[in-house]
Amino acid sequence: MITITVNGKQHRLDVESEMPLLWVIRDELGLTGTKFGCGISMCGACTVHVNGEAVRSCGMVVGDVAGKSVTTIEGLSPDSKHPVQQAWLAEDVPQCGYCQSGQIMAAAAFLKEHPKPSDADIDANLTNICRCGTYVRIRNAIHRAAALMKT
Amino acid sequence: MNQIVKTFVSRRQFVVASATAAGGLAISVAFPGLADAASIGSQAWGPDNAPNEVNAFLAIGPDGGILIRSPHQEMGQGAITALPMIVAEELECDWSKVKVEYASPARNLREKNVYGPMTTVGSRGVRTSWQMLLQAGASARVRLIQAAAQRWNVPAAECEAADSKVLHKASGRSLDYGALAADAGKIKLDKEPAIRTPDQFKFIGKRVARLDTPLKINGTAQFAIDTRLPGMVYAAINACPVPGGKLASVDEAPAKGRRGVQHVVKLDNAVAVVADSFWRAKEALALLKPEWDTGAAGKTDSAQFAKMYRDTLDGPMVGARNDGNVDAEFAKGGKIVEATYEAPHLAHATMEPLNATVNLQTDKLDVWLGSQTPMGSIRQAAAASGLKPEQIEIHNCFLGGGFGRRSINDEMRQAILVAKQVGKPVKLVWTREEDVTQDRYRPQAAVRMKTALGPNGMPTAFDAKIAVGSILRSTGINKVENGVEAQAVEGFANIPYAIPSLRVGCMLKNTHVPVMFWRSVGSSQNAFFVESYVDELAHTAGQDGYKFRRALLAGKSDFLGVLDKIAEKSDWGKPLGQGRGRGIAIHECYGSIIGQVAEVTVSKKGEVRVDRVVAAVDCGHVVNPGIVEAQIQSGVIYGLSAALYGEITIKDGRVEQTNFDSYQVVTLADTPKIEVYFALSGGKKWGGIGEPGTAATAPAVANAVFAATGVRARSLPLKNVKLVGPA
Repeated sequence: MITITVNGKQHRLDVESEMPLLWVIRDELGLTGTKFGCGISMCGACTVHVNGEAVRSCGMVVGDVAGKSVTTIEGLSPDSKHPVQQAWLAEDVPQCGYCQSGQIMAAAAFLKEHPKPSDADIDANLTNICRCGTYVRIRNAIHRAAALMKT
Repeated sequence: MNQIVKTFVSRRQFVVASATAAGGLAISVAFPGLADAASIGSQAWGPDNAPNEVNAFLAIGPDGGILIRSPHQEMGQGAITALPMIVAEELECDWSKVKVEYASPARNLREKNVYGPMTTVGSRGVRTSWQMLLQAGASARVRLIQAAAQRWNVPAAECEAADSKVLHKASGRSLDYGALAADAGKIKLDKEPAIRTPDQFKFIGKRVARLDTPLKINGTAQFAIDTRLPGMVYAAINACPVPGGKLASVDEAPAKGRRGVQHVVKLDNAVAVVADSFWRAKEALALLKPEWDTGAAGKTDSAQFAKMYRDTLDGPMVGARNDGNVDAEFAKGGKIVEATYEAPHLAHATMEPLNATVNLQTDKLDVWLGSQTPMGSIRQAAAASGLKPEQIEIHNCFLGGGFGRRSINDEMRQAILVAKQVGKPVKLVWTREEDVTQDRYRPQAAVRMKTALGPNGMPTAFDAKIAVGSILRSTGINKVENGVEAQAVEGFANIPYAIPSLRVGCMLKNTHVPVMFWRSVGSSQNAFFVESYVDELAHTAGQDGYKFRRALLAGKSDFLGVLDKIAEKSDWGKPLGQGRGRGIAIHECYGSIIGQVAEVTVSKKGEVRVDRVVAAVDCGHVVNPGIVEAQIQSGVIYGLSAALYGEITIKDGRVEQTNFDSYQVVTLADTPKIEVYFALSGGKKWGGIGEPGTAATAPAVANAVFAATGVRARSLPLKNVKLVGPA
């Protein structure tokens, strides 16, 4: 049995320790906001926070998360009012939307490290893939979120 | 809350609850409401009828809640926001009371295409539905007015509609739509009202927030892959890596007995493992070593295909256009410019890998899917299951990207075949590797163009020979072996340039690699060919690329409007530094004209960085400028991935690329500044917007690379083009 905490709730899970966190979150816990995109930690659609840090959950086995605290898109904010979510809403960022949970989780963690990011900081640190190409609005929304967080 | 709205809600709950009992979605419809905005539920599909329908597109509850059904699907392009805006334009309703659902494919089948073809392809959403949707809104408004007039016993002409109310100014009375909807639904009009003309639009053209954004910032939007049914099992599948090949044999032993594994299922061309979790199924599948019967196709590669397409250019062509007398002009001599261009296969690589969930019973099949063509999905599901089309329900979800790929549902067919063998609801998911290697690809192509330039440097004759895969033959839409396919000559047959003698021919050659519609289809490669080559002509003639095109487009005010706009906004002609350059391209497709100027920097090592793209579009009319802007940005990025990195190559008959590590796509680090401008010609033009943005990017970037380096890229992607000479 592996014990992990997801969105503040503790779960005791009878799963293989090598099951990737992504599949625990999606199939075992039924939290489907976190998406499967590539399975090789490249696209970032599965990004969640583990102890506050952005992690690609398809590349982290659940055994390594035992005793740690996981936050998924469902747990980022109780009312979808996290500054990054507000900024995403204001900029109307998503298109198909499939990668956006991961984009938002990556941006939220990034802004903790880079509260006043430049475009170059954003481009260098955020590598999540969006095939709809919402990148221009993602950049705008990150700047907007940074401003919201300061106030 | 009054009764019919309760019914509205309870019907929705009924549908969700009953679906759950049968193994349906168990979802919460919780999303942050925006006080002034319309909404859509997490689940895009809804029940196929409702009380108080004014027509098939519209139902109004007694509290004034308005249900608008969208005949097209949402895959990022904004359809479920833009299309209801068109209904609302005529309906004169309170936008905040609007709730949107997908129109039902089953009802469309039952009621003889009441929603039209429902295909979300060819940038058709607005451009093929706007009249139908304006009519639906106008018809409802007029009947609401008549219902009020009857109730007040006054002439309808004395009443008017605004903000979800009918008003009788003379007496100061007013009634909410909700109070009138039941009566309005019974009114038969002698003739349908005339629809508004664009100068009368009040709501169309506003930058209204997308309805689906609230669901896509908190993970609640339901994609097909998020479907969870009670008793559901998961399937991972591995189809023959050589398209068209068959499964010869597979030793099931390595998968058997593993935790959670229930079945190894053999299909004619694939093997699947069914387990109690997707990960367990996928891990067990990876242990199998299936033997494939690949036939001769297993010995082919991309170099052979490239040679075949190039060689085809030396043979006969089927004519697609023939103006003037090309041969006579060439015989006159003068400056002749000839060039051969090539383009590779490309994968769609939607962010949501293909997947389908099916619940197959003896007399009913429910499918949860992301489909661009739900009516086609019904036909495909009927063929795979053996059931009748009327027994099939497609629960279409939000699509995690489409770009053409989700118009044939290979994943659904497989899920049905697996479900037949396991007798349980099945969710079948393609890994990214399966998604990249089992795509139906943008065709490979080679094109040879030849032009005679007159004494003033302007072309007098232009001849194009096109060798490309037939999409219609590959997809089974057309069986014709020889002929002209609109997709193959798109961008050539409709070249807008005034060239007195102009001939276009094509020869369709297919390989075992399946080909299909890929965002902007034929224009995705043909715009690159034509616009790069026109740039060559301008350069050969010693003319500026913008002015050369301008002269060839004389008198075409819509093209010139776009061209002048991008030249002006991009500072065309203003010098750039060493290693930098601007490139221009203009192209018409899907009823719209797109122009782009790209600004690039090429490093000493030959690395291309696109700094800025200035785009202008003439789509005639704009329903929602925020969505159009986003679609052009989106198209530019999609086109940029193809221009810089995109190629699918074949070795031993199989696709070599497998995932985003080998099929590289653009990320934030590659994203230029993108400016989008409108150059709208209005009038009768209602152009599409999902695809045009993609077509113009590769030529604009390649022309900018030429301006920066003097190297002309006659093939893509640019990563394969040597941009600096040997040291």
